[in-house]
Amino acid sequence: MRRPLRIGDVFLVGVPLLFLAYFFAYPLGAILLKSLVTNGRLGLAPFSDVFSRGTLRGAIWFTVWQATASMLLTLAVALPAAFVFARYRFRGKSLLKAAITVPFVLPTVVVGTAFLALLGPTGIVDLSGTVWLILIAHVFFNFAVVVRTVGGFWGNLDPRLEEAARMLGASRWRAFQKVTLPLLRPALAAAGSIVFLFTFTSFGVILILGGPRFSTIEVEIYRQTITYLQLPIAAALAVIQLVGVTSILLTYSAFQRRRALELPLRPSEEVARPPRSASDRLLLSGTLVLSGLFLGTPLALLIVRSLRTNRGFGLAAYRALGTRTSALFVPPVEAITNSLLIAAAATLLAVTIGMMAAAIVAYRTSLFSRAFDVLLMLPLGTSAVTIGFGFLVALGKPIDLRTSPVLLPIAHALVAIPFVVRTAVPVMRSVRQDLRDAAAMLGATPARVWRRIDLPMISRAGLIGAGFAFAVSLGEFGATSFLARPSTPTLPIAIFRLLSRPGTFPQALALATVLMVLTAASMFAIERFRFGEVGEF
Amino acid sequence: MQIASRARRIGGFVVLALTLAACSQGASEPANTQTPEQITLLTHDAFAVSDGILQDFTNTTGIEVQVLRSDDAGTMLNQAILTKDNPIADVMYGIDNTFLSRALSEGIFEPYTSSSLSAVPESLRAGGQVTPIDYGDVCINYDKAAFENDTPPVPQTLHNLTDPAYRDMLVVEDPATSSPGLAFLLATIAKFGETGDYTWQDYWRDLVANGVKVDAGWTEAYYSDFSAASDGTRSLVVSYASSPPAEVYYSEVPLDEAPTGVITDGCFRQVEYAGILAGTDHTEAAGKLIDFMLSPEFQEDMPLNMFVFPARSDATLPSVFTEFATVPDHPETMDPALIDQHREEWIQQWTEIVRS
Repeated sequence: MRRPLRIGDVFLVGVPLLFLAYFFAYPLGAILLKSLVTNGRLGLAPFSDVFSRGTLRGAIWFTVWQATASMLLTLAVALPAAFVFARYRFRGKSLLKAAITVPFVLPTVVVGTAFLALLGPTGIVDLSGTVWLILIAHVFFNFAVVVRTVGGFWGNLDPRLEEAARMLGASRWRAFQKVTLPLLRPALAAAGSIVFLFTFTSFGVILILGGPRFSTIEVEIYRQTITYLQLPIAAALAVIQLVGVTSILLTYSAFQRRRALELPLRPSEEVARPPRSASDRLLLSGTLVLSGLFLGTPLALLIVRSLRTNRGFGLAAYRALGTRTSALFVPPVEAITNSLLIAAAATLLAVTIGMMAAAIVAYRTSLFSRAFDVLLMLPLGTSAVTIGFGFLVALGKPIDLRTSPVLLPIAHALVAIPFVVRTAVPVMRSVRQDLRDAAAMLGATPARVWRRIDLPMISRAGLIGAGFAFAVSLGEFGATSFLARPSTPTLPIAIFRLLSRPGTFPQALALATVLMVLTAASMFAIERFRFGEVGEF
Repeated sequence: MQIASRARRIGGFVVLALTLAACSQGASEPANTQTPEQITLLTHDAFAVSDGILQDFTNTTGIEVQVLRSDDAGTMLNQAILTKDNPIADVMYGIDNTFLSRALSEGIFEPYTSSSLSAVPESLRAGGQVTPIDYGDVCINYDKAAFENDTPPVPQTLHNLTDPAYRDMLVVEDPATSSPGLAFLLATIAKFGETGDYTWQDYWRDLVANGVKVDAGWTEAYYSDFSAASDGTRSLVVSYASSPPAEVYYSEVPLDEAPTGVITDGCFRQVEYAGILAGTDHTEAAGKLIDFMLSPEFQEDMPLNMFVFPARSDATLPSVFTEFATVPDHPETMDPALIDQHREEWIQQWTEIVRS
């Protein structure tokens, strides 16, 4: 306990708790009970059914190992880029930083076409039908999670600690290994946990790139629900998924607690410096070129294809976006406005609730705050099918929200809150108590201490979280597709529609390109966002 | 005090966020002085009509239609079943014959017989609870360019596809996740049967031996592997009989001929139905909407919006359909009850065969 309990705490806990209880726990419980209870009795038969089937047991095992492999691979591949963005100042940095978020947002169906072309039978190497295609795609999608989460934290880490080690004779690698890496652990764990949860519930990548040979719990939940209408088995699988995710989060939370350490954080502008030596420049350019090729090639292919027409190259597909295509019911450009408004609402919701929740998780070390932390993360590891149908079962009364437009930002915020919490908590925990004490000693009121000491440091993390929330909402497809929605589609839904009929492929890719540009532009704007001291850190 | 004022501010943000979201959707609805009767149509994501069509319905009947979109027919059916006690819509459109039996046994529909049903051929009708609105045939499409030299010739039957001449040419969709994939599997079951010297399973084993590729969905099969629509190498794909006219219709340069053709053997006919959801307070209005969906105006609007064939036999087809679409004379069909009974078993048997 670092602070005495105040009325404010009740409020900080209450709002996020109510939100999660009503929009997550209640719908989830309702759909699971409805599926598992027959004639007033809770049946456990679906569980033994799941474990007696070889394909389902196989799916459970594959889910765990591909998520672990994807997480480790993503951390390894993205760490150099996180370093480069944290420690070097170079031209075009903010633009590149915004651009790396683009893959994270793109719908799987779109990226799938690029991956199948590049790594399929007619591509550079044929990886189709192998697990590598799945793992590489997971790294591609989650690259930004590691760069933003770890890089954001790294950028505030005082480089003098490492420099001191170097001065004392440690090699560059040894200084990294012994000083920086241990300090980075909270951020690495945070990024790793998010990537793990994301890939644990992977659906589109597995289906599209894995083919019928690979299956995860999420894919099986989909098949059992949508194709076979076997809700009891789907619910049993959802419970197994939930138990798996919860136990992993509990382990993570215990790990996090031991690592909490107050650190001398410094403004990122002071930490980053231009590359000085030749090895600096080599590291910088090498990382940028390799990361750029990895992330950029599939994107470039999509853009080139959006420009391809029957007669060479042109903008025909883009012009067609302004007109009403019958595939969509509305002009595709309306999907842009719709997506932006929903993303703005989801971001406000996620940042407000996420920052409140993060304060409790960071400043309290009680058992309750740890349980609360796990609850906050759960939506990320819960099946989109289950949540989507849970809304339908639970939210009919007292106000019928089942088909309400507000459900979209709410569903998106549920997925975005874990990002906000995970980016904010490591920073909040690192704010040094002695700074606060000094300020208080000099006569500052608690509110003033918070505003002058905590806020500037936290707000940077808040902005990174806001960027994530916006990106999550722009790209969200899973939960969105299982809701019964009023007419205007979001961008990913519109792209999916255009990809589902003959003749509209170029238009789909043109709209995907618009989504890319929109994502990069919003990330760029959010990174630049400043009010008062906020964001300067 | 500080905390309380911050609370108000944060509370204000939440309200603002929710209002913003509500406005983004609600703004397009016109404000009306008297409140007309409003009904809700639950449909799949492929639903599309021309501008003003639903307004015409409102003008003649005074009933406003709100459209709710789901994902595919399977998702929509789940939604309807889960909300049976308190339905989210009054009419559901887009349920097809592969899911019909389950919908009927769950009792989600109220019986209704449209006065226009007589204009629909007997073969499309399916009892007193649902009304057939349109149909489409899932057929193998071929890339005309690939068969230009007639070596090999365009395959004529499903059985041809097991011939080594067509090795590595066919791409199909996984029936566990794709609607045309399931339809094609059902076509092979209907054609080759479950018993006898050569069953559907034997046929699939031969297809696998001949290099059939299985993709997750139509998008991957058509846009990643089909040589007529991508850089892929497969010149035969499971798609729809209406795909060639769609290729012509959406082409940026006017085409005299469709780039793709249809093999009329082994097609599976999907019929889409509309029904009144049980528990609605607007039974009469719901019936009027179904009648409207069977009216010549709506029926003739469907082909170019959803690339399906109208159920009414007297509906006039657009020229792109009469010129470029093929309607198979004897598509395969199957009793919806049989499909519902065996769906899971068949898909699992199929999965065993293609995984080996």
